[in-house]
Amino acid sequence: MDNILRSLADIVDETHVSNRQEELFIYSFDLGTAEPRRPDYVVSPESVEQIQAILRLANRNKIPVVPLGGGLSLAGLAVPLKGGILIDLKRMDRIIEVNEKSRYAVLECGVSQAQLTSYLEKHHPQLTHSEPGAPPTATIAGNLMIHGQGDLAQPYGFNSDLINGLEVVLPTGEICRLGSCAVGSEWFTNHPLPDINVFLGWYGTTGIITKLSMRLFPAKRIRGTGQFVVDNEELVPEILFKLTHTQMAEDIIAYSRAIPPFSDGLQHITVNIAADTEKELEWKQEVLWDDTLGEYIRNGDGAYLGFTMGLERPQISKTSDYKKGGGFEYVGSIMPIEKYPDCYRIGRKISEKHNIPYTVTGRCVGVGHSMMFAWTYAFNRAEPDTIRHAKEALHETDDIVVELGGVIWKPGIYGQKLIMERLDPATRELMKKIKKLLDPNGIMNPGNWDVK
Amino acid sequence: MDVNNCPPYARFRMETFSCGGRLWLTRAWLNTQIEWSEHLAEILYSCTTCRNCEIKCPLRFNVDIVNMVVAARSEMVESGRLPSAVKLFLENVELQGNPYGSSRTKRDAWVKGCEVDYFKRQEYLLYVGCTASYDTRAQKSIIALTKLFQKFGISFGILGVQENCDGNEVHKLGEEGLFETLAEKNIALFKKLGVSKIITFSPHAFNIFKNHYPQYGGNFNVFHYTQILVDLIKNKNIIPDSRLQAKICFHDPCYLGRWNNEYEAPREIIKNIPGVELVEMEKNRESALCCGGGAGNFQIDLLGGSKDSPSRRRVREAKASGANVLAVACPKCLVMLEDAIKSEELEHTLEVKDISEILAESCNVD
Repeated sequence: MDNILRSLADIVDETHVSNRQEELFIYSFDLGTAEPRRPDYVVSPESVEQIQAILRLANRNKIPVVPLGGGLSLAGLAVPLKGGILIDLKRMDRIIEVNEKSRYAVLECGVSQAQLTSYLEKHHPQLTHSEPGAPPTATIAGNLMIHGQGDLAQPYGFNSDLINGLEVVLPTGEICRLGSCAVGSEWFTNHPLPDINVFLGWYGTTGIITKLSMRLFPAKRIRGTGQFVVDNEELVPEILFKLTHTQMAEDIIAYSRAIPPFSDGLQHITVNIAADTEKELEWKQEVLWDDTLGEYIRNGDGAYLGFTMGLERPQISKTSDYKKGGGFEYVGSIMPIEKYPDCYRIGRKISEKHNIPYTVTGRCVGVGHSMMFAWTYAFNRAEPDTIRHAKEALHETDDIVVELGGVIWKPGIYGQKLIMERLDPATRELMKKIKKLLDPNGIMNPGNWDVK
Repeated sequence: MDVNNCPPYARFRMETFSCGGRLWLTRAWLNTQIEWSEHLAEILYSCTTCRNCEIKCPLRFNVDIVNMVVAARSEMVESGRLPSAVKLFLENVELQGNPYGSSRTKRDAWVKGCEVDYFKRQEYLLYVGCTASYDTRAQKSIIALTKLFQKFGISFGILGVQENCDGNEVHKLGEEGLFETLAEKNIALFKKLGVSKIITFSPHAFNIFKNHYPQYGGNFNVFHYTQILVDLIKNKNIIPDSRLQAKICFHDPCYLGRWNNEYEAPREIIKNIPGVELVEMEKNRESALCCGGGAGNFQIDLLGGSKDSPSRRRVREAKASGANVLAVACPKCLVMLEDAIKSEELEHTLEVKDISEILAESCNVD
């Protein structure tokens, strides 16, 4: 056994560390199009103390470290580009506290979306969290790390806006707490201390989130989804504006897709509504469909497709099997809502060029303040040619996002490079200083957010 | 979804031991991206075929996940490269008709003093199975069942030393050739003896007789013993009359529940016992956590030796339910969970009992 492996085994135990081909292979890729890169070691710690020890060991030996949550970013963000130690954080999966009155949960970094959902349904049915459309094994911390959004994004914004506090292990091994938990033992707010949160969106290059406090929200007794459809993409921005004005929706998503064929070219708008009583639900439906969107029906521009009780989770990842073989990746962007028509037309054009059935989706984030617009490209993991097409389509879309004035969401290496080229020089310099200060040996997820 | 419902993943917490990891590794091995290794084989054989993944996976190929694992194991068998424990398991079955390697001649040693008849065209063949034949703890539960049957007039006989391994585990370990030999021999014997109705003590035998033997011409009416007992209770042939002051939770065996959709018969029996309160563990019915003994793992033991072993997780769940009795309806679960109770040092607060033992107690069957 080599010295590093021995040291890692001393920190965790022999079961939870490996440099065998099987583990190195499995942890070399994600489900997207990123080229596989094998780590040198895989380790699965169960405590913050073990993470501290691993980072100190890595620093002493100047070995790259890549933290991994659910591994579902699809953008290769936890592919170990420079090898080193891959830390699988999913073993740290304790739900530490749910504070019902103050509506927050304190979680370890490996807690999955489904784990929290089922825990709340069972123990705190009056509370819910903003669950993304990712597969259920996606971790809460991973989603926060990439500024994810969930199905409460319309009223409450990005999930990373919902943080009440963080515990982070710095690259050099110190534990740092942010928010009220830094002052006392309570995790109820992230304010009003000086904001020194330089960990979200950094993909682990500034430290490893080990605990977090996240806001929870009232779970209404009745939840369901209404559908509206129009055949003109130009109408979508004003419809989203009107719907968000009502402040009655939990989630608003506009989408268009080539499959099934009859829906090709149509713009569907799904609206999640929640209510505690039938009366409240009826009133909200009346305001949304009759008062707000009735004019589109009367003018012959749109149609109300009905309301389905209950929420189907997850939703977005359903397009993943269009090409069979379980591969799909998307470019996400944060865009102004008025860009929806351009985004749709461009996505359709790129998809057709690469012979991929198009799927585009725009989720309102905040009260129409922005949308997360995604272009999805399915491919067959067993067919290299479809992977190549998907990769080219993704890169072309990254370029378009920047041209349209949007910001690429959770960019992979190609997208990060595009952003860095356009980033304000002073901002870039600040990023460089922060990285140098926190990670003097440059061991943390190297290759990501490289500042030259 | 609880990822810890996958027994190997719960035990090792590495992606390689998850359902998806196992399938990707299989693909990589078949595509020569990785080479065969003992570790790869152990990853593949650590799957207990509990079918939790099939129940939980939303993708369309979910019904074939275990088939894919078994097919990959068949490839390993074909290549002749198996973990040593698996090899020994299969050798023992071939030589002695049981995975323990104990002599065939001792298969009915447990009968001494029980006055159990051998099969001579009684209504039912009681198929005892390897675990209840050879494991001293499981023997107590089969004895309880035979006494219940005798008291309440069930016409049954056993095969004694003629009984051979049912082959369920052999099939799941990917040894198709040996399985076919076992199935054909067993079917020929059953037919020769005039068997038409079979009661199995083990859900594993129940599964293979019911779902696989018909492909080899073995069409018998197959029952798990809990299905017979629950009918006797419903028809008032059995009236449990002795009060048992117990809080009981029931552990669903994978091959009774997820494989054969029988969740209610054991629970109905428990509910009909005076003084008993039936409580549920957090993971129950189709979400039940496997004891870790399936697909030969009760013997090859690739999942043991840790507080994260599925059997130890399961008895902690049982303890958390508030129960003082953990009821089972499978001899493999019985042995696995009893060992786990000792490892968890819960002997003074929780005991494992087979449904047959609980009912016998309530019916004053000595």
